[in-house]
Amino acid sequence: MAQFTPLSAAIGGALIGLSAVLLMLLTGRIAGISGIFSGLLNLRSQDKGWRIAFIAGLILAPVIAGAIGYGMAPPKLPANWSVLAAAGLLVGFGTRLGGGCTSGHGICGIGRLSPRSIAATIVFMVTAVITVAITHHVLGG
Amino acid sequence: MWIIAPLSCGLIFGAGLLISGMVQPTKVLGFLDIFGAWDPSLAVVMAAALAVAVPGFRLAGLRTGPLLARDYFWPTRTGIDAPLVIGAALFGIGWGLVGLCPGPALESLATLSPGVIVFVVAMAAGMALHSVWQKSRPAMRRDNPLASATDG
Repeated sequence: MAQFTPLSAAIGGALIGLSAVLLMLLTGRIAGISGIFSGLLNLRSQDKGWRIAFIAGLILAPVIAGAIGYGMAPPKLPANWSVLAAAGLLVGFGTRLGGGCTSGHGICGIGRLSPRSIAATIVFMVTAVITVAITHHVLGG
Repeated sequence: MWIIAPLSCGLIFGAGLLISGMVQPTKVLGFLDIFGAWDPSLAVVMAAALAVAVPGFRLAGLRTGPLLARDYFWPTRTGIDAPLVIGAALFGIGWGLVGLCPGPALESLATLSPGVIVFVVAMAAGMALHSVWQKSRPAMRRDNPLASATDG
């Protein structure tokens, strides 16, 4: 547990929950990032404004943090672009087939006590843990 | 100026991911690596988020509609079906491969990291692929195109 950071995790988590509640209370929308983003890809959809605004805020957050001296380090990712592409495809297809991701199911869905979202969250946590166990400990990656 | 509301919510969400460290794949993988040097931080993030979201959504539900729009788009699907389980399983594999889920991936575009751009383009392609595949199954029950029909 060398890297356990409970205080920053609790503060950050509370902000994520606050964002989800405010988005519903103010605009009536679910703060599921995969759902918000995929709605931008649908050319026929008429409700792109709030989606663009939310994602713009998401991307602006590290820019503003950087401007006040809390810059974000570029994420550490696998050098192999085929792994990144495969992971991206799985995340994109899987979140649409399953109707949500960590935010839509894990925060908003469980936040509404939806059995469907609780089931989805358990399933993606289990397959993610198995994937990490295989890549880190079986394949030694 | 209602657009300020979703913009602010995106900023708050992004700040939460930054402060909690969950924007970093190494932090997420530390949680998923239960057989290694396990880092329980992500569980605390979820618990804190739910401590706000559970009462917050209950309070929001007391109103008949949101403050700045006409209707709530509460998700309407309830059953635990095969697409939910298979989709969540595939998402978990992709998440475990690199430690990025959609929120942190989009937020990390701010760093202009080429790896993040590859991931986000592939994620958009995966979503487009799902949409094409849905349309190629006319006999099957399709997803309702309304936003309220998706979970998140």
